[in-house]
Amino acid sequence: MSEVASAVASEVKETFHVVGKSVPRRDGIGHVTGKTVYVDDISFPGMLHLKMVRSPIHHGIIRNVDFSEAEKVPGFVRVLTHRDVPKNLYTILCLIGVGPDEEPVLAVDRVLYKGEPIAAIVAETEEAAMEAVSRVRLDLEELPAVFDVEEALKPDAPILKPWGTNYFIYEGHPCRRVRFGDVEKGFAQADYIIEEVYNTSPIEHAPTETTACVAKPEPDGRYTVYTNTQALFFTMDNTALILQVPFSKLHFVGGTVGGGFGGKVDVIVEPIATLAAMKTGRPVKFKYTREEEMRVSSTRSAWRMYFKDGVMKDGRIIARKVISYADSGAYNRHTPYVITKHAANVAGPYFIPNVYIDVYCVYTNRQPASAMRGFGVTPASFAVECQMDKIAETIGMDPWEIRFINAYRNGDMRPHQKVVEDATLIEVMKAAAELAGHPLPEHLLKMHSWDRERA
Amino acid sequence: MASRIVTFNLNGRDVEVMVKPLTTLQTVLREHLRLTATKSGCRQGGCGSCTVLVNGEPVLSCLLPVEDVAGQTVVTLEGITPVEGLHPIQQAFFDNYAIQCGYCSPGMIMVIKALLDRNPNPTRQEVMDAIAGNVCRCTGYESILRAAEDAARRLQTV
Ligand code: FES
Ligand code: FES
Repeated sequence: MSEVASAVASEVKETFHVVGKSVPRRDGIGHVTGKTVYVDDISFPGMLHLKMVRSPIHHGIIRNVDFSEAEKVPGFVRVLTHRDVPKNLYTILCLIGVGPDEEPVLAVDRVLYKGEPIAAIVAETEEAAMEAVSRVRLDLEELPAVFDVEEALKPDAPILKPWGTNYFIYEGHPCRRVRFGDVEKGFAQADYIIEEVYNTSPIEHAPTETTACVAKPEPDGRYTVYTNTQALFFTMDNTALILQVPFSKLHFVGGTVGGGFGGKVDVIVEPIATLAAMKTGRPVKFKYTREEEMRVSSTRSAWRMYFKDGVMKDGRIIARKVISYADSGAYNRHTPYVITKHAANVAGPYFIPNVYIDVYCVYTNRQPASAMRGFGVTPASFAVECQMDKIAETIGMDPWEIRFINAYRNGDMRPHQKVVEDATLIEVMKAAAELAGHPLPEHLLKMHSWDRERA
Repeated sequence: MASRIVTFNLNGRDVEVMVKPLTTLQTVLREHLRLTATKSGCRQGGCGSCTVLVNGEPVLSCLLPVEDVAGQTVVTLEGITPVEGLHPIQQAFFDNYAIQCGYCSPGMIMVIKALLDRNPNPTRQEVMDAIAGNVCRCTGYESILRAAEDAARRLQTV
């Protein structure tokens, strides 16, 4: 073990009771006996089931929806449309000041993605709800759809948003911007210019337990909502806003999540199930099928990231310009915030004196993207580290060395104007090299996060 | 079509249920009998979370019409859980942290039970083959394999 690692290990051992030790899982007995109660394990007498009527097309106008055959299905209870939702238009990040509202709980006159909910059907059994959904007749007029971020920004692309663009607006700008130093001057001084484009695909979180909730009316006029959300209070607040009821009307019960990975932080099933409980006076369960989980629930966004770096012969990166596009799909969900985190991190954990970053939150006709492990930092890290290898290869330097030279030191200024105070990259790389059995040369081993001397 | 009465042995006692044709064993367990240790990750044979034992063999209860188990023996996770303490396989899962969200655990435990009943000393490859139809999205496969090997050791020493 390295000096630093063993010092840390002994400090951990002495100071902490739990950190650094294995402790029995508090929920473990429930998990191995099957006694843990997941949301789908909950049911109540008289409970109804909710299923969505979904758009079969990627983009279109809703001309008419005919429920007359659906209503004849034995067990059909009622249908909910956008007219039933008190505040139908929402955006979940309104809680942190993001706007305007732009996603309908139930589509009004237009659908922007395949699978978009148009109406909810409540029935005595899940089978009856599914049967009724299959009998709803949709009259839709299909419109041209766009599936690529750069296509969506072309002048002839179909416009998806009421404000007339296919991008989110950040304080009057079409993208989230970071400016630091003078990137063009940096490129002019550089010995090498290294450019590359990186693409990542959308990824479905695919939790083993699908998204679900049960909303139950209580005799005191409140509603208890059992949910597997990863964001209990966030979801409760949004549900109250959508239903225009005081928060005190809602009692959210959660914490048991059969896998989330960021896929269960959107406010999707709770508002409509609670509304159905209000309208019927009965408990209502809304559980995604596996197909809905895979095809309709939000994904990690697809990314396209253009890098241009100016690098010196000695390995220092002196300029980096990044233009990134995230495919938000049809609606915001968490993507406007994902973009901000991406912008703050896409220069990497490296000190670069001249940085220029533009990150676009682009709308397309794909299912909405949202949060997933790392909020936009994961694709940034993928691109940054591929780029570091490419730089090393181009200038003929060892890939470890290029990272040690450029790694943040305490006191470095980051492009978004935050001083680095807790750099650990060099120490982490030393520990990683040791674990990997990769010997590092003496001059790298001498480097420290608290020493800003880079040569 | 009219409902039918189906009788089978569940966790050591005879049960009788009235079901519509093609009702799955999973639906009967979870919704009619309220035994929810058997999970429901996909209802299309893709995840293994609904695995139970029929005459000792692991089957996906979401694909099996309950009429097919008429007169046969079904064991669920509830059936191997002692009144006090844990079954050695459960203990091995708990001690080896072979549980994260826990949603795959009931299916995994039942599959490993079937394996160890017929092969008390499996190789790692045999454990991997046994759980091939069970998805753990939390990616705890390594700890699940360790738990299975630990369970085999424990069962041989009891
Ligand atoms: S629920 Fe049966 S295999 Fe997934
Ligand atoms: S522990 Fe979550 S799916 Fe296996």
